[in-house]
Amino acid sequence: MSPSVPLQEMIRAIRSARTQCEERGVIQRECAAIRAQFRQADNGGRSHNLAKLLYVHMLGYPAHFGQMECVRMIASPRYSEKRVGYLGAMMLLDEKQDASLLITNSIKNDLSHSNQYVQSLALCTLACMGSAEMCRDLAPEIDRLLRASNSYIKKKAALCAVHIVRKVHDLGELFAPAARSLLAEKNHGVLHGAVVLITELCERNPETLERFRKTVPDLVQIMKGLVISGYSPEHDVAGISDPFLQVRILRLLRILGRNNEAASDAMNDLLAQVATNTDSTKTVGNAVLYETVLTVLDIKSESGLRVLAVNILGRFLLNNDRNIRYIAMTSLQRIVGTDHNAVQRHRGTIVDCLKDQDASVKRRALELSLALVSATNIRSMMKELLLFLSSCPLELRAQAASGIFNAAERYAPSQRWHIDTILHVLTTAGGDVRDETVPNLIQLITNTSELHCYTVHKLYRALLSDISQQSLVQVACWCIGEYGDLLLRGECQETEPVQVTEDDVLDALETVLQSHMSAPATRGFALTATMKLSTRITDNVDRIRSIVSIYGSCIDVELQQRAVEYNALFKKYDHMRAAVLERMPVIEKNSPGHTNGESTREAVKEVQPAKVKQAETLLPQQPASQVCDLLDLLGGSEEPLQPNPAVGSTLPVLPVSTSSTAGGDLLDLLGGLEPTPLTPAPTVTVYEKGGVTLTLSSEKQSDSGLTVTLTACNSTDSDISSFTLQAAVPKSVQLHMKAPSGDSLPARGAAKVTQMVALSNPNKVNLKMRIRISYTSQGSAFQDTVQVDSFPEH
Amino acid sequence: MRFLLLFSRQGKLRLQKWFTPIPEREKKKIIREMTTMVLARQPRSCNFLHWKDLKIIYKRYASLYFCLAIENHENELLALEVIHRYVELLDKYFGNVCELDIIFNFEKAYFILDEFLLGGEIQETSKQIVNRCIESSDMLQETMEEYMSKPAF
Repeated sequence: MSPSVPLQEMIRAIRSARTQCEERGVIQRECAAIRAQFRQADNGGRSHNLAKLLYVHMLGYPAHFGQMECVRMIASPRYSEKRVGYLGAMMLLDEKQDASLLITNSIKNDLSHSNQYVQSLALCTLACMGSAEMCRDLAPEIDRLLRASNSYIKKKAALCAVHIVRKVHDLGELFAPAARSLLAEKNHGVLHGAVVLITELCERNPETLERFRKTVPDLVQIMKGLVISGYSPEHDVAGISDPFLQVRILRLLRILGRNNEAASDAMNDLLAQVATNTDSTKTVGNAVLYETVLTVLDIKSESGLRVLAVNILGRFLLNNDRNIRYIAMTSLQRIVGTDHNAVQRHRGTIVDCLKDQDASVKRRALELSLALVSATNIRSMMKELLLFLSSCPLELRAQAASGIFNAAERYAPSQRWHIDTILHVLTTAGGDVRDETVPNLIQLITNTSELHCYTVHKLYRALLSDISQQSLVQVACWCIGEYGDLLLRGECQETEPVQVTEDDVLDALETVLQSHMSAPATRGFALTATMKLSTRITDNVDRIRSIVSIYGSCIDVELQQRAVEYNALFKKYDHMRAAVLERMPVIEKNSPGHTNGESTREAVKEVQPAKVKQAETLLPQQPASQVCDLLDLLGGSEEPLQPNPAVGSTLPVLPVSTSSTAGGDLLDLLGGLEPTPLTPAPTVTVYEKGGVTLTLSSEKQSDSGLTVTLTACNSTDSDISSFTLQAAVPKSVQLHMKAPSGDSLPARGAAKVTQMVALSNPNKVNLKMRIRISYTSQGSAFQDTVQVDSFPEH
Repeated sequence: MRFLLLFSRQGKLRLQKWFTPIPEREKKKIIREMTTMVLARQPRSCNFLHWKDLKIIYKRYASLYFCLAIENHENELLALEVIHRYVELLDKYFGNVCELDIIFNFEKAYFILDEFLLGGEIQETSKQIVNRCIESSDMLQETMEEYMSKPAF
């Protein structure tokens, strides 16, 4: 076919433009000329002009003014103009443009044209950009063409029908009968179209799927014909007869055989035959084998066939061609859950693929390796995975690190191995691990009490060599703070001990504190660790004191706050310091509402939820950090208000009840503090002094209502009279005190006084209550105030 | 199949075929992303890529990159064969096809593609039949032109 001269001249002109600006100029001129010619009456050059416009459009320039021209050209009687017109329609018009509706009529006419090439243009355009309305309009036409035309048109009509079904699902019913009859055709193009159409219908409608199951024998027959038949020059590709059709039939068989024993049985022989007879030296043979394997694994095939399929995948893994290895791993990934043992056999090859150069292959190998880790192969697999981690591309690091952690957690053969592995990961890829790694690791370390010495030695060494990996540094600081005494003792069974002095350790921590690489959280860890060491070392306490006081004026608010509190601990509450900074107990895996703090190694007493009893013996309030929003009905109390423990971000210096989050958020706790029970027993003692005990129990009445029962008891030897309770709650909470049961408490707990208080908390604020107790005993009046911060069952 | 793109090693688009309706701006964005992704690949790497929820199959023939996007459930190796078949068809038609042929005769490249693929599926699996159809269509065009005594296209 002779080329279009005007078109080629324009293309040459555009290509010879040396700069973008020049090119734009040429194109603008051409477009202006084209526009002018569009406006003129019919001349011989219409198709040339539209072709030029389409070229310009491909370069990325706007060409919407050609849309109407396309519509006009399609309606033209000349084939050359129709051809370019339809091409333009497919390129410039899509279903969102209004002009696309205008060509519906032309398409309808052309579908019944006497010339099959005109018909084919219309079919092609409809299948490419037909909107839902167009499809609905023209569906009957397509159905007619499916039944009665030559094979050239039939194959196109079949794919057109596929497009229609995708756009308008309901029309599937219309094409089902015609599709069935098309399977009897000999022409491969028509057959292929029929298979695609049936696949589409079955995927969309389960009932249709049932009906088409009957075609399985026919499909098997066709496949057999293709596989066994001799050389057919028309369809042969590297020795395989029509691989495109084979693959489509296999896919349809897969859909029909899924979840159906009978259908799967009918195809077993055929699949075995294809799997064994197909030549796998070229890509095309492998494409057919690949599809066969996918089908075998998806239907209810017999086990022998499944093994054959997995072996084929294994062979693919050893193939030199990277593409084949890639798809082998993709397929193995899909079946690793169901056929785990079969895949395990190829573990060696898969692990080797970790070392492949190609990033896609590496990714697949990583996913598959992680899926294959089990209790038996954990040690060897972990070695490979850690090796991979040190050399893997950046985008895979996070995935590799978290995969390694999961595997280690599930299958760790020993605690020491587990800790070693995690430390290894932190040293190689510390920057890419997730945030919860640090608390998880800390918990793991605390739980392995026999390895504390070993762990702290390893971490100290790691800290000395590199302080850039934040997670590692945080864990190391924490450990040194906790177990610094073990480090200084200079002896260790598991590993070579270091001979350090206290100064060395403090030097290390100070380096972390001062380094610009340390994140604020890391510095917090380091400061706390330094503080903790004050009870574990003997000589350099002054040094610690000075460090702490320096950071009292640090710009970082968090550090400053910590330093100020530690300073206070040094100055006023030195006698508390040892108790406060004691070793942490074993931390349980947290869960909401779970009672924390098994104080197995604690010397500090069990702390009550309200902590008020001890609050009086501990620090007085720090006025600056008070957030007290209680309505002060009881104003005028001389006694200092108890410190408000769990409010705001104040790092609690006291042992506190974290009434809402007792999940043991480790990063919040000052070292040495004991995590306290969250949900105490239903009845709690909120006050105990001078022989008078006040207990509290609460019961949820409704979503926002709570009934609190206060019970008072007298354990002294003398009677108490005029016992009254007054209560105050935060502003948004409503309170209603019922009448007390009495106002005298006989001696030695002979009788109790109960008082019910109804609370309503519609805004769901943090519920607190201040209770004032007043009574007369042995002729003198007593008054006291207590604050309750947490309510049981709240 | 979702789309087929042909572009040169400098990233210039030579052919685009979209099998689903996509707004113009979106098309431009996709073209940019594809060219960046494919041109950045190492010479001997895997021909398969993952992009959003699609698989991208690409193959380089001389100075042209053929980039085909398929659905997740389709067969990648077969897609490579589809690309290869299209190149064979072009080669048969133009006789030792090179990039310039496709530049100067882009509309013919489209006509050939439209005889091979339709609506995102393979239309004809026989090379000979596709070639014969193209020739017949060309013949029709020429004879119609002669008949109408207008200069040939």
